[in-house]
Amino acid sequence: MIDVQDLTKYYNDFCAVDHINLSVAPGEILGLLGPNGAGKTTTLRMLTGYFRPTSGRISVKNLDMPKDTLRIKSLMGYLPESAPLYHNMLVYDYLVYVARIKGITDPDKQMERFRTLADLCGLSAIMDKPIATLSKGLKQRVGLAHAMMTDPEILVLDEPTSGLDPNQIAEIRAIIRQIGKEKTIIFSTHILSEAEATCDRIIIINNGRVVADDTTANLKHKGMQNSFVRLTLKGPDRKTAHDLLASMDPALDIRPAEPKEEGLVCFEIHPPDNRDVRSDIYLKIKQTDWVIMELARETQALEKIFQQLTRQEA
Amino acid sequence: MSQIKHIAIKEFKDYFISPIAYIVIALFLIVTGWFFFSTFFIFSRADMRDFFSLLPIVFSFFIPAVTMRMFAEERNVGSYETLLTMPVSFTDIALGKFFAATLFSAAMLLPTLAYPVFISFIGDVDLGPVAGGYLGALFLAAAYCAMGLFASALTRNQIIAFIIGCALCFTLTIINRMLFFMPPKIVAFIEYIGASSHFTNFSKGILDTRDIIYFISLICIFIFSTYIVMQEKN
Repeated sequence: MIDVQDLTKYYNDFCAVDHINLSVAPGEILGLLGPNGAGKTTTLRMLTGYFRPTSGRISVKNLDMPKDTLRIKSLMGYLPESAPLYHNMLVYDYLVYVARIKGITDPDKQMERFRTLADLCGLSAIMDKPIATLSKGLKQRVGLAHAMMTDPEILVLDEPTSGLDPNQIAEIRAIIRQIGKEKTIIFSTHILSEAEATCDRIIIINNGRVVADDTTANLKHKGMQNSFVRLTLKGPDRKTAHDLLASMDPALDIRPAEPKEEGLVCFEIHPPDNRDVRSDIYLKIKQTDWVIMELARETQALEKIFQQLTRQEA
Repeated sequence: MSQIKHIAIKEFKDYFISPIAYIVIALFLIVTGWFFFSTFFIFSRADMRDFFSLLPIVFSFFIPAVTMRMFAEERNVGSYETLLTMPVSFTDIALGKFFAATLFSAAMLLPTLAYPVFISFIGDVDLGPVAGGYLGALFLAAAYCAMGLFASALTRNQIIAFIIGCALCFTLTIINRMLFFMPPKIVAFIEYIGASSHFTNFSKGILDTRDIIYFISLICIFIFSTYIVMQEKN
């Protein structure tokens, strides 16, 4: 669907995007992940035809940029970061304007489309309000309606949930997942859990370069390698507990951790072969009169990978 | 073509949604009305020559104020990104905004049509120079709009856009009066460059193709420059 080769963008001397390659299959939800200033927005802006790349090739459905930029633009819906809109217009007027520019000139078709979008994005109550008076979340929804006006095959969303409250984030995510069933979506974010929850595939960018490109499941699987068990006990002192745990398997890497409450003992137990040691621990503790306050396997899947990939580069 | 129309309509409506239109039009009418009529009865001539001779200098301040926001504001707010990622070309945007600004200038001139009507009550108005004058005023306004648009495309700061626009328009307005200081070899050239002499021909009721070509080329040059600036800035 989308094919990008050696995409590079320089702002004067500063290299914002450095030879990025990526391809997106039809129907895929792709998450572009990276710390702030990694080049996510620049990449998306080039993809949507707003910025001209310094070098590299972008093709969408066998159409090439810059030759077919206009046709590519009409295949895409784009929601820029923080949804910049015309503040002095009413929501309805704005949507009419967008519809006309995007080629929906027939008033009946416009109304039909507006109804669908109003239902999908929850705009019915704010149609007659000036855009300037809307809250950030509502502006984001208007922006989303703008992006989806022509029911495009490809949606590009730049940090669609940034600056929203948790309820709004959940709503926007639900919308993305709903439309993602039939559309190709690329969205950028720096929130890991978001990418994990919504994307089929994740590309991590750092300093303008792609540092990881894999399916969400694979990335998670890699992250599992770092799993450990967190154990909090009530009863024993640190030394006796440590000895007992060590007696199970000398190869266990048992690290003391800070307990959440006074009078408890807490450990992080890293099994050498990444197996699940929770049942072994339970059976062992059962023989004593200690109380297990917490026994959990933590994976830190994406966080760990993200930090590894983006820190070593910086 | 339809994209140009949609953009032009939207931009034109924008003026009247915000207070800009009303303030600019009112101020324009006060300034031109005052300067025109303060001497009108002294000369006791039933014509509008003095009104049209005012226009170049008044336009060179008012038109940049009309056009300054066209690109600068969009860049500043960020809506420029939304606009450019819709299926429109640079040409569509530049022309759409140009037509909107020119149309607004025409709307600004519209109330002054009352002047010839009222003057005709007190004397015989020669309609030729008046009609020519209005046609010339439209050409002049369009040329200044193109310059103001170019100035607006250069920056994201509206005040800078206004000052650059004023500087451009003002230069073309007064350069004819500077001929005295120019080297003799380029006097003819400078005289051609200046907008006032071409406009004066119109307001005398003379429709000369040279003047029409002058204004049209001025419009084309600055719209093309705007197009190049837009392309370079992205």
